[in-house]
Amino acid sequence: MNRIRTYLNQIKKQKLLIPFITAGYPDSSTTLNLIKAAIDSGCDMIEIGFPFSDPLADGAEVQFSSYHALKNGMTLARTLRIAEQVRKTSDVPLILMGYYNPVLSYGENQFMKDATAAGVDGLIIPDLPVSEASDYMRNAIKHDISTIFLAAPTTDKNSLKQIDKSCSDFVYAVTVTGVTGGGKVFGRDTDNYLKELGQALNKKFVAGFGISSPETARRFCKYSDGVVIGSKLISLIRSAKSKSQGVRDAARFLSSVRRAI
Amino acid sequence: MAQRVKRGPDSKGRFGPYGGQYVPETVMYALAELEMSYRKLKKDKSFLAELRGYLSDYVGRPSPLYFAERFTAYLKGPKVYFKREDLNHTGAHKINNTVGQILLAKHMGKKRIIAETGAGQHGLATATVCARFGMECIIYMGAVDIKRQASNVEKMKLLGAKVVTVESGSKTLKDATSQAMRDWVTNIRSTFYIIGSVVGPHPYPMLVRDFQSIIGKETKRQCQKKFRRLPDAIIACVGGGSNAIGIFDSFINEKSVKLIGVEAAGHGLNSGQHAATLSKGKPGVLHGSYSYLVYDNDGQIILPHSISAGLDYPGVGPEHSALSDTGQVKYFSATDKQALAAFELVSKLEGIIPALETSHALAYLIAHKKEFKARQNVVVCLSGRGDKDMPIFFEKEKA
Repeated sequence: MNRIRTYLNQIKKQKLLIPFITAGYPDSSTTLNLIKAAIDSGCDMIEIGFPFSDPLADGAEVQFSSYHALKNGMTLARTLRIAEQVRKTSDVPLILMGYYNPVLSYGENQFMKDATAAGVDGLIIPDLPVSEASDYMRNAIKHDISTIFLAAPTTDKNSLKQIDKSCSDFVYAVTVTGVTGGGKVFGRDTDNYLKELGQALNKKFVAGFGISSPETARRFCKYSDGVVIGSKLISLIRSAKSKSQGVRDAARFLSSVRRAI
Repeated sequence: MAQRVKRGPDSKGRFGPYGGQYVPETVMYALAELEMSYRKLKKDKSFLAELRGYLSDYVGRPSPLYFAERFTAYLKGPKVYFKREDLNHTGAHKINNTVGQILLAKHMGKKRIIAETGAGQHGLATATVCARFGMECIIYMGAVDIKRQASNVEKMKLLGAKVVTVESGSKTLKDATSQAMRDWVTNIRSTFYIIGSVVGPHPYPMLVRDFQSIIGKETKRQCQKKFRRLPDAIIACVGGGSNAIGIFDSFINEKSVKLIGVEAAGHGLNSGQHAATLSKGKPGVLHGSYSYLVYDNDGQIILPHSISAGLDYPGVGPEHSALSDTGQVKYFSATDKQALAAFELVSKLEGIIPALETSHALAYLIAHKKEFKARQNVVVCLSGRGDKDMPIFFEKEKA
């Protein structure tokens, strides 16, 4: 059975902490160290970003990490090698996240097949909405890949039902209209939105985009089943004096979020 | 009358396999809202009358179909006519579309307008209609393009637009488009995104085509009046492809009319530095639609190159991809060098300075003149004026 499903069946009430880590930023070996540190800090699943040249749903931090990862020679195929490495020592559920064109270029069916073989459990493609995803979903089911679609504050009721149905195990709720990254001010409307989402969805859901402190994570975990944290980790690595210091800073931050939720 | 074959897009926003809506979920509702408003207004007599009024009194339509006598004599080939989109207000075909979209925005109650621009012609056309309708206007433009199209930047600023410099990636149209999309995702409820070409997610390729189709409608009428039949060929440059679709639209089912799109070959089709998407690309997804695209084996977009900022884009409109596959339109390319030569030649022969984008279409005709007979009539879509490109021309001449 898919590791995401197995894990969700096991944990019952625990809130999910899912870090987003760009494959190849700052380099491949640091990516592996970072994933290891994240697992040790109590993260429940790991989201590995495969970089794209034109990440249009992302803010400055993921644009930066993607740009550097590509400069370091990271590709979709090499991202699968990273997943394979992680799988050698851990059973943590692994989710890949990235844009559609690299997947299309690899070949959707072949990619899903290779991803499963590499130990990948789920996929998030932010520029592939449910309405364009029928082939994609067929391939995902065939290879036991958990499909995770995004829901947004602007999603209407009917589309939300479709998203709920199309996600294999959980939904990814975008906290506010906007791109990934910090600097967001969350008003009461975000709390209300997440609360309503919890009532509307049958599946579990995690909240993401702009969550950069343990307090915000705790606040959103009141309504959601967990949080995704990405840009904050990139900015911690970016501002650290060395790569190893960056890994330590990221791990310390993730531990503090773990305690908070 | 030829039988009218059913034209795309279909109910899923596809032209054949191309098109669709590959956008973040946040944007989906705005696309649905836009399509609904457009389909309603398209049939609304008062909206259409309003649009016609602005096109005639503000834009200055119809634009003339001009017989280029000295260019024709030089070629010793077919008779050449220019469809003079350069004579429109703001100097290019772009304003046909921005007038249409700003009226849509007004009817939808949107007050904040964003747009991307390459050559600055679409940015200028957007800034112009925003000034006219008193709307806030933000234009995203790559740093490279801001430098090479400085005069348009000054005009946009004078018109009250805020021009945002985009420093990411290639610092050209591709990255300006990505940045505009990020703004749109963020301010989706208040903002209308005026896309400048027949690209992006459905319904944009359809609605931009519809607003630009006035070019072809007029051309058809004017050809009847000037030489009492259809033209034998129509040539237009293709970046995203809005002027081309606009002039082709009325002729797509006319089998006797050869339709030719000309892309930018930059330093040459095999140089790795070009923007010839249909000649050298393969289908992929960028900026909301599935269409021909230039990308590497890992699916990463390859930075395009063209001397013309308006053609310097790695993608092309989905309807062009479909028309290329079916062979209804033939696509070729012209290099930077050929375009510069055509730019100078037509300026000197006709007293018309064509845009560097347009110069690619002219360059094709110069290179392929022998394929046409003297009795044939060829229409070139003179999509824009070239004042904006004079610094580039003189710089190249010095070099």
